Amino acid sequence: MELSANARAAATRTAPHVTIRGLSKRFADATIYDNFDFDIPRGKLMSVFGPNGCGKSTLINMIAGLFPADKGEILFDGQPLNKIKFGYVFQNYREAVFPWLSAFDNIAYPLKVMGVPKKERNLKVEKIVASLNVKIDLNLYPYQMSGGQQQLVSIMRALVVDPEILFLDEPFSALDYEMTLFMREQLQRVFVETHTTTVLVSHDLEEAVYLSDRILLLSRHPARPVEFVHYDAPRPRTDKTMTEAEFISTKAHCLEIFQREVRKG
Amino acid sequence: MNWKRLEVLLPLVGVVVLLAVWSVVTSLRIVDPVLLPSPAATFKALWTGMFHGKLGVDFIKTVERTIYSTIIAAIVAIPFGILLGSSERLYRSVEFLIDFFRSTPASAMFPLFLVLFGVGDRTKIFVAAFGAALVILFNVAYGVMNARKTRILAAKVMGASRLRVLWDVMLLESMPATFVGLRNGVSLALVIVVVAEMFIGSVDGLGQRVFEAQQMFEMPDMYAAIFAAGALGYGLNLLFLTIERRFVHWSGK
Ligand SMILES: Nc1ncnc2c1ncn2[C@@H]1O[C@H](COP(=O)(O)OP(=O)(O)OP(=O)(O)O)[C@@H](O)[C@H]1O
Ligand SMILES: [Mg+2]
Repeated sequence: MELSANARAAATRTAPHVTIRGLSKRFADATIYDNFDFDIPRGKLMSVFGPNGCGKSTLINMIAGLFPADKGEILFDGQPLNKIKFGYVFQNYREAVFPWLSAFDNIAYPLKVMGVPKKERNLKVEKIVASLNVKIDLNLYPYQMSGGQQQLVSIMRALVVDPEILFLDEPFSALDYEMTLFMREQLQRVFVETHTTTVLVSHDLEEAVYLSDRILLLSRHPARPVEFVHYDAPRPRTDKTMTEAEFISTKAHCLEIFQREVRKG
Repeated sequence: MNWKRLEVLLPLVGVVVLLAVWSVVTSLRIVDPVLLPSPAATFKALWTGMFHGKLGVDFIKTVERTIYSTIIAAIVAIPFGILLGSSERLYRSVEFLIDFFRSTPASAMFPLFLVLFGVGDRTKIFVAAFGAALVILFNVAYGVMNARKTRILAAKVMGASRLRVLWDVMLLESMPATFVGLRNGVSLALVIVVVAEMFIGSVDGLGQRVFEAQQMFEMPDMYAAIFAAGALGYGLNLLFLTIERRFVHWSGK
């Protein structure tokens, strides 16, 4: 009995978190996905990398249930979507945070939607702020903050519910370089602490490799998985990681595939 | 000389120039003094009219009618605007009607409303409310429709129901546009109320005051009433702007 319980636990630990089968999606003028299959591994930080407009955002939007697929199924732990807690960080933080709420209330908002009582909400927000070591005045409104601070607020808003899966769609691409470096470290820290299944869309290959355990390389649309690259350098990774041979060769390999795919188009 | 400090006085320059030109014109008798009284005579008529005469009563009457009609318009138009804006199909199906009546001069509706509500206060208030409501409706609906898609998606991905998205996101998103609608609506309501007071058997109100003073050739009184109406329009606009700045603090940022 004991053994089989352990075995079952081990099996769920290693089974894919999200299973995508036969996914198809067309927009008026183009087929973005045609019979797409893919498994998202559990507890890994995975990046999606591919040519412009190949369907990266569309993919994570369909997984998060923001809009329906035309065909196919998306299963979570083998079950269809029901009340999964997602965290989602949008590229355009200016249009994703609520300007009528203070930073604090923005972070607490998803808890309010879930019906968490106010006292508990406040505790949870304070906890997430402390764990990320954030030093901003949370009574400020988003329009009183810098871009990086606003994106930090929207990342905390995504994390405060202890999401089962965290999606980030080019979260740092509107930030300046210094802020980007800082935010990468924050994301890595969160991941090391929580091991939440994370899907990051990035247009920066160096960033994608540096942060990820897995890199999904997509073709032009209709998108297919070209390769699923593994990169298992130990964490926490640092600047030094980027000078190591394994990092450099992984990045070069991804770049080569990417360029081959782009030239095909 | 500290010029920076003096810059706050810039808005007064136009006023001072106008008063100066006006004084020169009247003192040199370039225009018949019966048609254009001096600034002093006009402001004296304004002062005594407002604080010791009938002008003050008329002023209050017009304020009341304008405010009532704006409130009625807002109560009707805001919920409908939200409803229409939350469904693009619904809005498209009545868009022509709204645009048509929005383009119809409300003054053309006077006879109809007279038949419906008689010559009393109700006609004036309802016609003004009718005009203001369409302006408010249009702005609210557009505000809701143009709610940032990303914000709606953000609420949705957090598990917010349709009703919650409407209440927590679309409603607040539409606030800046709603206030634009309210400001335009109150200005239009004032125009309609003043016109109504002039022509539909009125016994009070600023419109009636202007009209009566003109009929009796009391020019200083007429100018005084015009200034009172101007001050009222300006004041109402300022009032709504102040409320907007307080409650829609994120507007335009
Ligand atoms: N709502 C829509 N209606 C029509 N076409 C759409 C819609 N959304 C996306 N598309 C098209 O589908 C394709 C994939 O879009 P998507 O945003 O997923 O690409 P992406 O890989 O995220 O691109 P980017 O690198 O620019 O972020 C694009 O060609 C886009 O023009
Ligand atoms: Mg995208």
